[in-house]
Amino acid sequence: MTKGTYRRVMTAGAMLAAGLFAAGAAQAQQTFKIGIVTFLSGQAAESFGVPAWNGGKVLIDELNKGAAPAPYNKVGFGGLKIEPVVIDENGGATKQVQELRNLYQRDNVDFVIGYVGSGDCLAVAPAAEELKRLLILYDCGTPRIFEDAKYDYVFRTAATGTMDNVALARYLKNSNVKIEKFSMINQDYAWGHDSRSDFIGAMSSLYPNAKPEADLLPAFGSGQYGTEVSALMRTGSTVVHSSLWGGDLQAFILQSAPRGLFKKATVVLSAADHAVPPLGDKMPEGAIIGARGAYGLMAPKSALNDWFWKIYQDAYKVYPVQAPYRMVQSILGVKSAIEKAMEKNGGKKPTNEEIAAALRGHEWDSPGGRIRMVNGNGHQAIQDIAIGKTKWNAATKSMEIVDIQRFPAECVNAPAGQKGQDWLKAGMPGAKC
Amino acid sequence: MDLALTILIDGAIYASWLFIVALGLTLIFGVLKILNIAHGSFYAIGAYAAASIVGLFAAEKFAPAFSLVALLLAAVAVAVIVGPLLERLLLRRFYGRDEVLLVLVTYALFLILEDVSKLIWGVNPYYVTEPYGLFGDVSLGSLFYVGYDLAIVAVALICGVGVWYGLNRTVLGKIVLAVIHNDEIAASMGINIGKVYLGAFTFGVFLAALGGAFTAPMISVQPGISVGVIIVSFAVVIIGGLGSIGGAAIGALIVGVARSTAVHIWPAAELFSIYLVMAAVLIFRPEGLFQRAVARRI
Repeated sequence: MTKGTYRRVMTAGAMLAAGLFAAGAAQAQQTFKIGIVTFLSGQAAESFGVPAWNGGKVLIDELNKGAAPAPYNKVGFGGLKIEPVVIDENGGATKQVQELRNLYQRDNVDFVIGYVGSGDCLAVAPAAEELKRLLILYDCGTPRIFEDAKYDYVFRTAATGTMDNVALARYLKNSNVKIEKFSMINQDYAWGHDSRSDFIGAMSSLYPNAKPEADLLPAFGSGQYGTEVSALMRTGSTVVHSSLWGGDLQAFILQSAPRGLFKKATVVLSAADHAVPPLGDKMPEGAIIGARGAYGLMAPKSALNDWFWKIYQDAYKVYPVQAPYRMVQSILGVKSAIEKAMEKNGGKKPTNEEIAAALRGHEWDSPGGRIRMVNGNGHQAIQDIAIGKTKWNAATKSMEIVDIQRFPAECVNAPAGQKGQDWLKAGMPGAKC
Repeated sequence: MDLALTILIDGAIYASWLFIVALGLTLIFGVLKILNIAHGSFYAIGAYAAASIVGLFAAEKFAPAFSLVALLLAAVAVAVIVGPLLERLLLRRFYGRDEVLLVLVTYALFLILEDVSKLIWGVNPYYVTEPYGLFGDVSLGSLFYVGYDLAIVAVALICGVGVWYGLNRTVLGKIVLAVIHNDEIAASMGINIGKVYLGAFTFGVFLAALGGAFTAPMISVQPGISVGVIIVSFAVVIIGGLGSIGGAAIGALIVGVARSTAVHIWPAAELFSIYLVMAAVLIFRPEGLFQRAVARRI
């Protein structure tokens, strides 16, 4: 090889390498790297964290293929493929704050979708705001996030627990259940305490003469409920309310049903739909249950729901319950907001601020119905909810949910600008049922 | 009167469950001087093993009563496999070292076993409800109890009396007691300390696994069940005195009745009641109710 030929080959090689590098860099820009935080281990993994991520994974796969139905048929987010980084929520709020910082600053994710635990949500929201990075809370239910603070970068794409407890009380009222006394069992942390307060508030409006009796607050993950069942059975309560979920809920049902609690009282469970598939015939009949939305067996009929139900069931051989629905509605909400922002900025990958502006007050369709960012200055979603009653179908050998009642979002959520507790204390003025 | 009876029954049932687990914890501490954080993991593995073996029995169409045998078999299997493996491969390397180091070793083991459980059984829940209905319902006072809950009281009594008899009325028990009192003198008398350590640790694992196996029918067996039990079990053995069998029994009863009283009368103080009792005992008896203060050996 002559000196000139050698130089030409080397120059061509260098140009080719530079071209490939540039193409690679451009390719790297052509994705949305998102942090997903949910329970992959611990007590909340089986019933919430893992099914939620299962729902997210199967949806992201379809979105990246551009295989979702309209209006979600554009590849990924606005044509940019989605690259998820999944983090375990287990380990407590302090760890979650550090992990959130790691996601933003070390892993350089564009934004984070996450958090089941109400305590975790309360801890991470100020951290995201301080860093001025976008955080989408997809599951936790405590109303205090946007009632006690104001955020620019934090959004929640699911309704608060206030909706669940108001809907349960309205279901009892609509079903003409006579109540003189009622009892409660809720976990001893933010979610349990808020649920208990909301149910008492809703009952004081709808059943002003009904008196609360046993008010039990067992520790999260306690597992043994024999004493609590005795305390509930000793009261003369005709209604027992609970927001227990996951393994705690399943243990409570397994220990209380054989002792006749579900026969002695009408048991209303605000977040129990996920216990129906695993418990099967061990789930007592006649329990009034919610799903923290209109999800799973109580989801409204729609082409989008049929599509999601099928891809989830095909992938995991079980039908989706509340957690995957909430993850999916969060991802679809962000997708539609990003695409709205891209329409506005000429098709460029939008910044955190542009996505936040698009998401503020946004509305979109999800498999569980229409989601509207109405409360918390456009940062907090409201949605319709369904409540139903368990009934065993001997022919299909499956537990069904019957006598389903649907409540519009404005019937069960506090109006914009009003705290849930204040609204309940005032007798739920302005509720549109 | 009805309330007092209910508190006592509920307290006794809760105490029985706790005692089975705490008995193993205190036995291991008494013999090996190890504060075993991993005890909660043995409890969880016992529950998982019970779920698997009961499922196997059901698949082979054994009569429902055999599910009780399956629970027992599960505990034995866990003890025989896990006990010697961990004692021989891991713990024996740390005997005689600082007790704080051993706490850290067993804490690491706890974390490892949590992940091992997930690798073997996954994160989905297991249900073993067949044994729960075997004893029917029992009416006590104004309430119905599931017969199985009362059977747990019987299992705890058998464990407690069995361990007491074994330690105080058999030659093997005398050997173990000799090691508990002074392992150096016991060794100089010709006792094979290594074998005693191995046997005591394996039996402690068996008791934890037995607690887990007999709890499995009442819960959904899933990741995370090991945490709550170990925290309350520590409260029991601290109240009773580390290494004391009688102390574990009394400690469990105190914790059970304190918790039951709180749930019925002042539910917000459920957990507080346990630690209030523990604090009160430690103020007056820092070494626990049944632990004699001993002079430090130089």
